Amino acid sequence: MSEYLLPDVGEGLTEAEIISWRVQVGDEVKINDIVVEIETAKSLVELPSPYAGVVEALLVEIGETVSVGTPMIRINDGVAPTPPEPVLDLSNPAATGAVEGESLVGRNKAERAAVRRTRTTASTTPAGRAATEERTDETAPPALAKPPVRKLAKDLGVDLATCRATGPGGSISRGDVEAAVGLGTAAVAGRAPVESGDREWREPIKGVRKMMGAAMTASAFTAPHVTVWTAVDVTRTSQFVGRLRQRPEFAEVKVSPLLILAAASMRAIRRTPVVNSLWDDAAQEVVFKRYVNLGIAAATPRGLVVPNIKDAESLSLLELAGALGDLTAVAREGRTQPAEMSGGTFTITNIGVFGIDGGTPIINPGESAILCFGATKRQPWVVTLPDGTETLEIRDVCTLTLSFDHRHVDGESGSRFLADVASMMEDPAAALLF
Amino acid sequence: MGPVDFVQLLTPEGERVEHPDYAFTPDTAGGDGADEAEVIRGLYRDMVLVRRIDTESTALQRHGELGLWAQLLGQEAAQVGSGRALAPQDFAFPTYREHGVAWCRGVDPLQVLTLWRGSAHAGWDPAEYNFGNYTVVIGAQTLHATGYAMGVQRDGLVGTGDPERDTAVVTYFGDGASSQGDVNEAFVFAASYNAPVVFLCQNNQWAISAGSERQSRIPLYQRANGFGFPGVRVDGNDVLACYAVTKAALQRAREGNGPTLVEAYTYRMGAHTTTDDPTRYRMSEELERWKLKDPIARVRAYLTRSGLADADWFGVLDEEADDLGHRLREGCKALADPDPLDIFDQVYVEQTAELAEQRDAFAAYHASFTGAGA
Repeated sequence: MSEYLLPDVGEGLTEAEIISWRVQVGDEVKINDIVVEIETAKSLVELPSPYAGVVEALLVEIGETVSVGTPMIRINDGVAPTPPEPVLDLSNPAATGAVEGESLVGRNKAERAAVRRTRTTASTTPAGRAATEERTDETAPPALAKPPVRKLAKDLGVDLATCRATGPGGSISRGDVEAAVGLGTAAVAGRAPVESGDREWREPIKGVRKMMGAAMTASAFTAPHVTVWTAVDVTRTSQFVGRLRQRPEFAEVKVSPLLILAAASMRAIRRTPVVNSLWDDAAQEVVFKRYVNLGIAAATPRGLVVPNIKDAESLSLLELAGALGDLTAVAREGRTQPAEMSGGTFTITNIGVFGIDGGTPIINPGESAILCFGATKRQPWVVTLPDGTETLEIRDVCTLTLSFDHRHVDGESGSRFLADVASMMEDPAAALLF
Repeated sequence: MGPVDFVQLLTPEGERVEHPDYAFTPDTAGGDGADEAEVIRGLYRDMVLVRRIDTESTALQRHGELGLWAQLLGQEAAQVGSGRALAPQDFAFPTYREHGVAWCRGVDPLQVLTLWRGSAHAGWDPAEYNFGNYTVVIGAQTLHATGYAMGVQRDGLVGTGDPERDTAVVTYFGDGASSQGDVNEAFVFAASYNAPVVFLCQNNQWAISAGSERQSRIPLYQRANGFGFPGVRVDGNDVLACYAVTKAALQRAREGNGPTLVEAYTYRMGAHTTTDDPTRYRMSEELERWKLKDPIARVRAYLTRSGLADADWFGVLDEEADDLGHRLREGCKALADPDPLDIFDQVYVEQTAELAEQRDAFAAYHASFTGAGA
């Protein structure tokens, strides 16, 4: 029976978030089979199993942030169970409160236990060591706790010897100290959802959600947003999509009205490049781009992500369809890589998939405009026949909405761009004019 | 990226091709009676085992057994090809990524691990293997190599015509280090004194997160022109070409004709180190393109297609790699912790009074802890 402890995968990291399990209880694993994916402050890392055997238990939850040295998974490898060894802090005893930079490699090695010992001579006790950690009962083992926890205990006047130890390897955690003075666990940040009775609950702000919050706040309160919209009869786009799907070269890709909207936007940007530009406040310049990195806002299990298609303006309709399909498939699996989310220049958000007509989207930071694709619905529409008579028909109608940065995109430019896109959605043949 | 002009003797598809200036033949290669097929099988075996050392060590870091590991995945041909071109008396000065060269010089991979586990300060005696200790200061080893080469020159070990006496020095560095002052100073000194040194630049396209287009406006090997010595670019994923080009550059140095810059054009398929996450700065399709140029796959294709190795031979090698992996895992965990006082005895040949005093103070400090053990 062996337990795989969370290693320090990045030179001085102290914790990591569990992202996904690649194995289940009962699975047979070989040495170096990937068992779990974690996210540290620096990177996403897949961890290979140090043991071969059958998975007995997964000891940490997805979404949980755990300290280095925490047992993650128990594997029955035919080795007799060993009593858990204390997690030892190998940081320089002379340094006070050191957490960053402490050596965490092999910290659970019994042979290293001797490095961290109680001093015999008071005269050499390093300055700043809390008196509370000096044991009065020399026969009992010393309470195990990291320096910040010791400091917390000292600040709160808690004797560590009186704390229940629930941390890794039998150490006293921050929560244990807080529990000892009745602070409870609600004050502990960064934990899994904590319930405060039945009427409310709390979830930590982190990961994709944290990034979304920061990005949206920055954009909303930096760029003065103006939003314009127009209703469009997209019946001919619907028919065009139907015809494209019949074409053999499009058999392997997904053809949707979003594809036509993306292609129409690429053409409309040619006439109004300012919607694909950037207000560079530091340089006091507007940066125009000869390329379009087309962002597609995607709802994923982990939150909003906006991967983008590089140089989308240079792609044929078929290539664009392939790129859109790849991007959404990767995003849905939660495997979008950071490089694929950076460098976007213009974004489309397809809230129509939620059945919504329109909205006032917030511009993705670093861009100047975002186009919102509302739901296509069958609606009554006044149609003008070639002879000039008007009739009421039931048509495919949707609303297109554009938010733009009014610091440098004026109402005329934004409206012209939206009208151009709408004209191509109303009649895809109009794309020949661009 | 357009086609790259370089010396290539084995294509990514595993086909032998001719080059007007360089050839891979057993005679230029071994001289020990080994036939060509045997030499190529040996290079293949080296690359497979070196890759295993790399993947196993990366896993050991993830297991918490190593503090850090610098991956060489993708650079096996550049390292094994150049490492096998060295004569016993030659001396190599590595960066911290030359695990393949260490292998060719006979350093036990477990000795290499001692450095990354923190159980040794350097890991091996450079004089024993004619292989310097890993240098983490970027580019500093090019100066050490140039100085060593000037020493070789002054010892009269260059241009005598005796193949067992004439000595060359090789130093490794990367595309990022090419921007360092140290490297450029080494170029100047080596050129001015006609030092017998080969500057072997593994251009793996990425200086951590900075792409190679940020290092130079011209191909790196052309920089040598400005310093007054020849430069040559070789397909760094072609072990035969790396061997042939390095061999020729070393021979030129041994004959007293001065330095050469060899740019091995390759690709770092892994991360910069286990602390790095390349998905944050490079596109996955770039990696996919380079996988098609894998240095090991092309030799396997060649050996298989020309009937120089069969499934049994590859199977035995796979077992050998598994055994090596097992030995590394078990051996790494069994590495002894260093004595904290050892470092004081490894600074000077003759101990100084001041350092001895520091050692005694540190010993007293350690002795002030209760409990057994050092």
